[in-house]
Amino acid sequence: MSSTILTVCRKEVIENSRDRRTLFSTLLFGPLFGPALFAIMINVMISQALSGAEEDITLPIVGQEHAPNLVAFLRRRGVEASADLESLEEATAAVREGEHEIVLVISPEFPANFRAGGDARVTLVFDPSQTRLNLSTRRVRGLLNAYSRQLAFMRLQARGISPLLLRPITIDEFDLSTATGRSVILLGMLTYLLLFATLMGGFHLAIDSTAGERERGSLEPLLTTPVARADLLLGKMAATMCYMMLSLTLTVAGFTVALYFAPLEQMGMSSNFGPLVALKIILILTPFVPLGAALMTLVASFTKSYKEAQTYLGLVLLVPTLPLIIATFLNIRPDLSLMWIPSLSQHLLIIELIKAEPLNLGYLGVSTTSTLLFGALLAWLAIRLYDRERLLRQ
Amino acid sequence: MIRVDTVAKRFGAVEALKDVSFTARNGRITGLLGPNGAGKSTCLRILYTVLAPDSGTATIDGIDVVADPIAARRKLGVLPHNAGLYPHLNARENIAYFGELQGLSRRECEPRVEALLVRLGLTEIADRRAKTFSQGERTKVALARALVHEPSHLLLDEPSNGLDVMATRSLRQWLRELKAEGRCIILSSHIMQEVTALCDDIVIIAHGRVVALGTPGELQQRFGQTSLEDIFVQTVAQT
Repeated sequence: MSSTILTVCRKEVIENSRDRRTLFSTLLFGPLFGPALFAIMINVMISQALSGAEEDITLPIVGQEHAPNLVAFLRRRGVEASADLESLEEATAAVREGEHEIVLVISPEFPANFRAGGDARVTLVFDPSQTRLNLSTRRVRGLLNAYSRQLAFMRLQARGISPLLLRPITIDEFDLSTATGRSVILLGMLTYLLLFATLMGGFHLAIDSTAGERERGSLEPLLTTPVARADLLLGKMAATMCYMMLSLTLTVAGFTVALYFAPLEQMGMSSNFGPLVALKIILILTPFVPLGAALMTLVASFTKSYKEAQTYLGLVLLVPTLPLIIATFLNIRPDLSLMWIPSLSQHLLIIELIKAEPLNLGYLGVSTTSTLLFGALLAWLAIRLYDRERLLRQ
Repeated sequence: MIRVDTVAKRFGAVEALKDVSFTARNGRITGLLGPNGAGKSTCLRILYTVLAPDSGTATIDGIDVVADPIAARRKLGVLPHNAGLYPHLNARENIAYFGELQGLSRRECEPRVEALLVRLGLTEIADRRAKTFSQGERTKVALARALVHEPSHLLLDEPSNGLDVMATRSLRQWLRELKAEGRCIILSSHIMQEVTALCDDIVIIAHGRVVALGTPGELQQRFGQTSLEDIFVQTVAQT
């Protein structure tokens, strides 16, 4: 019995190694797409984080002549004041049409009120729904507040009063996050990409060995051999698992290389992603391989054609990612009660690993056992359905 | 020997087989003759166990196809209708895969595959991938695949489908040789000439029933017609 499973598995592995579609999805798509996407994301995040603080911004100011000191203050802090707008109406129109992100309007009453020590007003015109990240708005507002505070201090000092009166409470910030801890937000994406690559590795084979086999007309002769259908299906699943393992290993290797070269330190992050962590990640994700193979084979066995199978399997690829999305939204922490959920438990374990926390063997045990049981259940279901007479008539 | 006894099969509202009984003996070629949709393929599919009959029994050398389908399949070599090959395997690998599924070791397989390639004139394409094959080449490889374990019984569903004159001729020659070796062969066809030229026994099926059966000579005597085609048209028209 086991030798026929091996025969079927070997034939599927050999046949698919000659198929460009399998090689593309197993050897290229997962291992390259994931790490490449990741490298791009890291670089975009770094350039965004750096741009907000350093870049000079252009700020149209209406009525510059009414507050030359304020304008000079802003200029010293990297704001290029332009004078191409004349009135509040023009400013409103310019922002509404998206010509400028933000415009500062200084009213003609400003100097008089200022000198009187009264209510000197400036107006910021902006549209938060249009601007990207509101970075300029936040920056201009911060500068204006700083200017205002600086004047207040000077005025109090001139009257012989301690400026500290204006600051009854001082906030000291004490940031507990570690460099590895901060990188978790970014590396949380990693599990998703790894699960995706693992499934993609077996995607084509799962379809080809079931729906494809029927479409080509080779299923009927296959079923006339004196082999139990369960053995045929197990052999096909075993071959699917071989390709999934290959894809998983290559993808983890790809990430190890990509993260080695990623400028994580520039963002105050570090990853402890070395060969040992890579091996542990493969260990954690291995129980997911039979589950994924059984799930894809189950779905692909009951579609009428290769195309239909592709459509349904595309949806199936989303299923294991749902727990991850929920986990990210709810900021779920690892807990024994969550370890029975396949894909979520692997995600949480990998995050802990990346945070350089020790691997909780109890959690790993529950995660592995539960995932394997789910996989066995799906495989059993696939075999039950594969045994039906209707298999051929679809 | 293959025995089919009052077999019936329906698919939803369609009664594909109403009542089919016949016996195919060893060392003879039995032809299932009938118009398209008569139930020939359904009947063969029940014999090679991918379909189960609703009622009636079918046995291969006394083995019930429903009670022990795997033992029954072990006795069979099957060429299903429009049988497909694995496009990325070559001819040799396609045949050897089925040999191994039949329980042969790789060492046992190798000489048998070689012998079949020679016998069917496939040596030139032995190492070519199946996706490049013509219909005739495909049928030959599928036939070799069905014979690799030297089965005592052969079920062929429209074997000459898509074959040219030369290929049909060599197929017939080959089936006669297999018959001479004492095998029990059933083939289905809607082509009169093929059945006349090859078969020792003829079972005419129409609308899911056996409407006539016997040797070509017996049928001619009973219906008083000289050509099998006339007999065929007459029997089918009666039902």
